[in-house]
Amino acid sequence: MIDIGLGHYLSLGAIIFFLGVMGIFLNRKNVIVILMSIELILLAVNINLISFSIFSGDIVGQIFTMLILTVAAAEAAIGLAIIVIYYRNKGSIRVEDIHGMKG
Amino acid sequence: MIAHSIFFYFFSIIAIFSSLMVITSRSTVNSVFFLILDFISVGCLFIMVGAEFLGMIILIVYVGAVAVLFLFVVMMLNVAEQKQSWFIGKKSNHLPMGLIVSVLIFLELLVVVGGWKYKDNLMSSSTLDFSNISNTHQLGLVMYTDYILYFQLAGIILLLSMIGAILLTFRERSGVKKQSYISQISRSPDSSVELKEVESNKGVKIDD
Repeated sequence: MIDIGLGHYLSLGAIIFFLGVMGIFLNRKNVIVILMSIELILLAVNINLISFSIFSGDIVGQIFTMLILTVAAAEAAIGLAIIVIYYRNKGSIRVEDIHGMKG
Repeated sequence: MIAHSIFFYFFSIIAIFSSLMVITSRSTVNSVFFLILDFISVGCLFIMVGAEFLGMIILIVYVGAVAVLFLFVVMMLNVAEQKQSWFIGKKSNHLPMGLIVSVLIFLELLVVVGGWKYKDNLMSSSTLDFSNISNTHQLGLVMYTDYILYFQLAGIILLLSMIGAILLTFRERSGVKKQSYISQISRSPDSSVELKEVESNKGVKIDD
């Protein structure tokens, strides 16, 4: 318990991943919160990669973490742009109101 | 070692609490602030465990750019009063499904963590050099040599996302007076400069 090892970091990543998936499923109001949940999931992946990288002594995990950071930033920018134009067209970004493909 | 565990529990409790608050908080602005707190505490964890460069990148890129971008969009879209209230009011029928899926994923991850055993020769292929070069130096040694292609690809992805975001949100506004650079540049002297013969004691009339 006192001795912090790889398992502790992996458990932290698992808990944050779980909370991110929960946020995607439970949130019925706001698309921005879904994007934030995706950020949480990517953060959990980063925690896993960095803890494996440190505890197994391989630097490549940190390089992949940088690539994931890049992709997460690009995804946030594109997602927020899509939300902005959706709000401009429809006037609402509530999850319940987004059912354009249901006809 | 005791300080390490104290700091680990401190930052991880803050991270878990704030990510719980991200998905349950009533207003979106509060969610963004808790997301920032989450990033800060996880960045402190990264710095603590020895990945200083990634920790600082998390602090600079995420807290400084991405989370502030979220905040700008929340403030721009005027959704602050759209309370997210999945736990009160109308019953959400996604609640049991979401609970089942996320608890399943969580249990699978915990099974993996609980059954984790170190391989005996795990440390043999170590590329981390603990001698006297810093974490940033090690990252640079590997990233700009072996992984240069991925580095360039990351740059291209960022460029594409920038172009995409600008194209998506760009709109032509009507009724706005703008400079027309092409007509300013394409003026020629003979259409804009005129020589007048000024007679003595008469003066000259302009624009009549």
